[in-house]
Amino acid sequence: MNDTRSPLQTIVIYLGALLILVWSGGPFLWQFSTSFQLDKALTSGSPSLIPAPLTLEHYYNAFVEKQLHRYVWNSLVVSLATTFLCLFVGSLAAFALSRLNVKGRFGILMVILSVSMFPQIALVGPLYLVATNLGLLDTYTALIITYLALGLPLVTWVLFGYFETLPREIDEAARMDGVSIPGLLWHIILPMSLPSLVTTGLLAFITAWNEFLFALAFTSNIDRQTIPVGIANFTNLYYVPWGDIAAASAVVTVPLIVLVLFFQRHIVEGLTQGGIKE
Amino acid sequence: MTAAATVSGIGRPRLGKALPGAVWALLLLTPAFVSLASVSFYPIINGLYLSFTNTSLITQENEFSGFSNYVQLWGDAQFWNAWWHTMWFTTASTILETVIGLGMALILCEAFKGRGLVRAAMLVPWAMPTVVTSKMFGWLFDGQNGIINYILLHAGLIDQNVNWYGSPDTAMTTIIIADVWKTTPFMALLLLTGLQTVPNSLIEAARMDGAKGWITFWYIRLPLLMPTLLIAGLFRALDAFRVFDLVYVLTGGGPADSTETLSTLSYKVLFSTLQFGYGSAVSTAMFVTEGIIALAFCLYLIRQIRRAQ
Repeated sequence: MNDTRSPLQTIVIYLGALLILVWSGGPFLWQFSTSFQLDKALTSGSPSLIPAPLTLEHYYNAFVEKQLHRYVWNSLVVSLATTFLCLFVGSLAAFALSRLNVKGRFGILMVILSVSMFPQIALVGPLYLVATNLGLLDTYTALIITYLALGLPLVTWVLFGYFETLPREIDEAARMDGVSIPGLLWHIILPMSLPSLVTTGLLAFITAWNEFLFALAFTSNIDRQTIPVGIANFTNLYYVPWGDIAAASAVVTVPLIVLVLFFQRHIVEGLTQGGIKE
Repeated sequence: MTAAATVSGIGRPRLGKALPGAVWALLLLTPAFVSLASVSFYPIINGLYLSFTNTSLITQENEFSGFSNYVQLWGDAQFWNAWWHTMWFTTASTILETVIGLGMALILCEAFKGRGLVRAAMLVPWAMPTVVTSKMFGWLFDGQNGIINYILLHAGLIDQNVNWYGSPDTAMTTIIIADVWKTTPFMALLLLTGLQTVPNSLIEAARMDGAKGWITFWYIRLPLLMPTLLIAGLFRALDAFRVFDLVYVLTGGGPADSTETLSTLSYKVLFSTLQFGYGSAVSTAMFVTEGIIALAFCLYLIRQIRRAQ
């Protein structure tokens, strides 16, 4: 198709591509650069993308003064637990819906998907009361249980879509050999679904890692607060510490970006399947 | 639930000792149902109940109070203020994201050098925690040292620093820009997969007949992309309607309530004044509004699809 393009079209396409690149990468690049600049340089009135002189002061402040590592630890515990639970519960449900001829399975799938459209603010009040009554405020458990339900619709939907692409002849053969139903899932379907498990796991992880509303409502001290709550509370008495915030942003975002770039192809495929295709 | 109602074929008599398939199906679906029922369905129903009570964690009351919360809501200027802000935010951000996203998708549809890199970069805004996005825009659009003011000032587009999110006139616009930044690239990737399902042979055939670029777009690509566009738009609108993190962290609903949305208002009523009864009425009203939006969208979608056939 290249040969049918006029020079003007080519210019428009490359210009557009450049714009998209700047749009997507620019703001974070600036944030990243900010994290290495002295406060003096940031307020000097002549901003520069290259930090000169380069300083690690903001990283020191983020970890030593604001104890960022404690939020990171809380987030890791909650997000990893959520990821594994989501994959476990989600794969059981997706397997049942895909392989056990459940009646009305598309109805069930639609209900599961529509749950993810509920406004979370409508859930947080009643759940807060439940958590209070059960003594679950300021616990990892409350967050993990909530995030499981938040991640589950997408995980189930995407895994279901993937299971559907696996040929049914394989189940037939396995069943002939006397493999039980849980055996079919554990020994045959799951090992074949590794790429999809990785993608959905990553989606569940990101959901939990980035969640703010429930973490804000359910936790009140640094022992259990997750990163978003920690960063939201990053303020000094007299001024906003933009440099420290930038450093913390870089610490919590860079690993996520690396993971996402590594698995990018699968993510878009997985999500399109979950959100758009009928 | 209906999950285990009928199952056939799997529970063979040969495996008489094993559980029949129907029981397995029920067993495997139970954890998911329990999770969604307790964390999603129960709170919605409980919230509906609470909205008819005067529950407050301060006075420790929780008695049935009929429609009094809703009567109060109807006359509550703050609620309607937040309602209009939310509708404006939802409409503006959804339209901008869909239109700009479509533009991005059309560019990505073409083959060019470095396409993989551009596509990868587009996932960055999506993957970033919203709280980080919010703080990042706080710095980009800072009234004194923000880079946006610096660039606009030096480009001659403004003659003095704009106090973006610190002034009631521009605060909502800043939040819309931040939301558009964060979600448009992903929208573009979704639309791109839709565009790629449009058969190339159709476009080639149109070109053979001498159709110009925009004609093939308007008469071939756009109609075929319509269902994807509408569904993606619906999901985006429902998501935008719930906006919380961005507003709560960047402006907290201020200045002078100019960015208060339904989610931030509910949160404040619930957790600052601890009026769980009235707060639940606000969030239930929000749920109902969201339901109406979804329904309207679906009806429109069905009509569009019918007409296309």
